[in-house]
Amino acid sequence: MIHSLVQFSYLVATGLFVFALHWMNDPKTARRGVLSGVVAMLIAVLATWAQPGIVHHLWIIVAMALGFAVGWPLSRVPITAVPQRTALSHAFGGLAAGLVGTAKFYLWYNDGPANLTTFVMVAIIAEIILGFLTFTGSLMAAGKLQEVKWIPQRPVTYPGQNLMNLALLVVAVVIGAALIVNPTAAWAPALFPVIIGLALLFGVLLIIPIGGADMPTVIAILNAYAGLSAVAMGFVLDNKLLITAGALDGSSGLILAIIMCKAMNRSFANVLFGAFGQVQQSKAGAEGQVYKPETTEGAAQIMEQASLVVIVPGYGMAVAQAQHKVRELYDLLKKRHIDVKFAIHPVAGRMPGHMNVLLAEAEIPYTDLVEMDDINGDMPQCDVALVVGANDVVNPAARYDKSSPIYGMPIIDADKARTVFAIKRSKNPGFAGIDNELYFSDKTWMLFGDAKKVIGDLVKNLSDGSGMH
Amino acid sequence: MSRRRIGRLSLPLLVAALGLHMTAIQAAAQEESAGAGAHVVEIDYWPLLFVFVLASFIGLGVIRRVSRLLHTPLMSITNAISAIAVVGSIIVTGSDYPTEIRLIGAVALFASMTNIVSGFLITDRMLKMFKTDRGEQK
Repeated sequence: MIHSLVQFSYLVATGLFVFALHWMNDPKTARRGVLSGVVAMLIAVLATWAQPGIVHHLWIIVAMALGFAVGWPLSRVPITAVPQRTALSHAFGGLAAGLVGTAKFYLWYNDGPANLTTFVMVAIIAEIILGFLTFTGSLMAAGKLQEVKWIPQRPVTYPGQNLMNLALLVVAVVIGAALIVNPTAAWAPALFPVIIGLALLFGVLLIIPIGGADMPTVIAILNAYAGLSAVAMGFVLDNKLLITAGALDGSSGLILAIIMCKAMNRSFANVLFGAFGQVQQSKAGAEGQVYKPETTEGAAQIMEQASLVVIVPGYGMAVAQAQHKVRELYDLLKKRHIDVKFAIHPVAGRMPGHMNVLLAEAEIPYTDLVEMDDINGDMPQCDVALVVGANDVVNPAARYDKSSPIYGMPIIDADKARTVFAIKRSKNPGFAGIDNELYFSDKTWMLFGDAKKVIGDLVKNLSDGSGMH
Repeated sequence: MSRRRIGRLSLPLLVAALGLHMTAIQAAAQEESAGAGAHVVEIDYWPLLFVFVLASFIGLGVIRRVSRLLHTPLMSITNAISAIAVVGSIIVTGSDYPTEIRLIGAVALFASMTNIVSGFLITDRMLKMFKTDRGEQK
């Protein structure tokens, strides 16, 4: 009876999880999705807890209370820190899966080795490899995003890197296979931690060569891994709720990763093993090009005359926390009946949808946030394109320069606007390390400085101008 | 429009429900046939694989339609959902297992709970920010 009740609860929870994701298809219904997810999770927890096999309640309560204590502050982080928080929670997810797999293995090894069938062992090995590599990989990603001192920001590469990573993985899989065949051997408990160690190491090595521009894809892949490790846990525990919820998470990560890869015209393998940071020496010869700097007064005057202004935000906007100043600019331009749109490239920022959340935080209506494919047709009619801390996503070299590492990547056609203003912190190239020829174009004027300050100056100039009229 | 979407969604759901139902029947039949035989509870893994594949298809179908505006909240909500690992953690922590095993479970439970709390809360916080117009406050 209690068994059926638990299974029924799990079935209801599964349905609610599907609806939670279904309602995310529209910002209007999305919050209902969260509610549905919370209810599903509550049902799942209570149904599990109510099982007669659960006898130690104090431990559960203490662990949950600690989880609350840490989870609450993690949900209050500034919106600019959302990519780090997401990476960190992938790490927690991977850790949980890895630990449960470990616990189950030792439990059954000592008490009930008959449970360690081939299928269960395959699932356990998959669970701990995926879980622990997601754990350290996500920690590394979070560290890179948070710009922790002792984690290198630039991609770290060395000769034979891919070969070494591959060798490591092969060793882990071979040891895993040995354990799958002989789960009850005397040496099994000693070999098990070796796999854990290899998975932990592999996670670190996998993320070390990844640069900032590839973070959206990598975060999505880690998301999929975290989901798949939950699926593996479901196989180990013979629990269909774990399998369905994990599969939903896994497919979400997969789809996001595919979207990110398409937006960069790269393959999975290329992102993970391509070592983006090393290839751009060839362009260094094309020197002699000069930036044309412009003052904010001049830029403000030209913007006043525009009828359509397209703002192209990038990671630089997030770094400078400039989104609120951008909104002030948006307000001022709108007041003058100038049409203002935001052109959002799928990989702008450090995670999928990063720019949308930042601009929504600044209370810019989401109806003015336009996807790349939808805005590009309007770019020839655009009077002013204002590039705020974006770089590779507006580099025209992606269209024709076959030697460029970003060749083939779809870009926002900022260069087709009549005038381009580009805000840039310094004269250094962007994250991919590539010179951007948009900046040297005849119609481009550079506004050097911190994005927040430059836009603040623009706002000041625009509001002063209106006062004098 | 939205009704049509739900309509499209209902077919895979139905298939999944049917699959679950059939596996339940199958499992019951097997339990009977096993009778008082060997005590080992061998997992019948085919139903599990079926559920996995069907759930993945539902996931792909649903997620493909998620608004691109909401990809960051999507990631944080799926994060919270994948913290369903809490179910496994509760079982390991709360069952009558050796202390070391339960200790590992408790750490896993802590990690899952952190994800559930922070995942759902931050998703809701972000979604609250998406507005069509300045005047429309919710």
